[in-house]
Amino acid sequence: MQTIASENKFKKDKSPLIWGLVFGMLFGFLLQKGGATTYDVIIGQLLLIDFTVLKIMLSAVLTGMIGIYLMKTLGWVELNPKSGSMGSNITGGLIFGVGFGVLGYCPGTIAGAIGNGYLDALVGGFAGILIGTAIFAALYPRLKGILKKGDFGNMTLPQLFNVNEWVVVVPVAVLIFLLLIWLERVGL
Amino acid sequence: MEFLTEVRWTPYAVGIGIGILSWFSFLISREPIACSTSFARASGGIERLFRGKKVELKPYYQEIKLVMGWQGMLILGIVIGSLISALLSGDFHWQWVPSRWASAFGNSPVLRVIVAMLGGVFLGFGARWAGGCTSGHGISGTLQLAVSSWISAICFFIGGILMAQFLVKVIG
Repeated sequence: MQTIASENKFKKDKSPLIWGLVFGMLFGFLLQKGGATTYDVIIGQLLLIDFTVLKIMLSAVLTGMIGIYLMKTLGWVELNPKSGSMGSNITGGLIFGVGFGVLGYCPGTIAGAIGNGYLDALVGGFAGILIGTAIFAALYPRLKGILKKGDFGNMTLPQLFNVNEWVVVVPVAVLIFLLLIWLERVGL
Repeated sequence: MEFLTEVRWTPYAVGIGIGILSWFSFLISREPIACSTSFARASGGIERLFRGKKVELKPYYQEIKLVMGWQGMLILGIVIGSLISALLSGDFHWQWVPSRWASAFGNSPVLRVIVAMLGGVFLGFGARWAGGCTSGHGISGTLQLAVSSWISAICFFIGGILMAQFLVKVIG
């Protein structure tokens, strides 16, 4: 599967592990402060009555995107987009979504939920995720066909449209910004 | 330093903080913030404890390698960081049943844990199928404008919104 091959190509795990712990602690701290470690906030988002999760994600993407593309233009960092395919991202994404709606946590926020003292996350959800990944590993050889269906590699939107990256970055940033302002305007 | 003891920050402060964090994770570690691969490694590692080295021969574990990596440390860090934040603000509490769940399905911890586990199975399975989760695709991938991540993130929310509405409004 291309997805995994490209993850390995990125020389994963070569960087000092202590930084992983530091970044994790800051990430967990922020998620907890945002309320994203709670079932109520996450399910509130999926029920479309509490838009906290979307606001966090969109402002993270807005900030992150501008910074990363600026640093890329300056030659400081390289992008590391994941490879994908229609069979992998659409099917897998929808299965993930079903689990997301049932569990009310995702793999990152469930770690934060455990730190917050939530036992349904630890005893139920965490164990379930481990079982789910084990089932995937067992079925993986038989899933290779569908995982490759509609393969488009590790393409980015600027490459897809064959334009300078800032031609995509700027409109996406503006759209996210307007969407956030609209959410506030309508009181969501 | 009073802001550290507040229970909630605005979602914008949190989101901008996560965005800035992503700059430094690219700059310092050349790693995107991502979570679900580590669950697959942990799961394989646990299986290895019971069934021995032959587990490593599974094709999937040949590809992701069963090691404690940078992202495994990230998960551990998230638990600790959330704990510190919750302790500082007095928001830490042991809880089996979240309140939105309780108002739809009642107070039974057993029911909540069983359903959470079932949801976790789909979540873990789907995350590996899609090659990432709400962090790896939803934040780190979309901010790089990766096509795979935008498709995945949109599907996460389509599936999640439909399932949550169905559970709470039809069954609950």
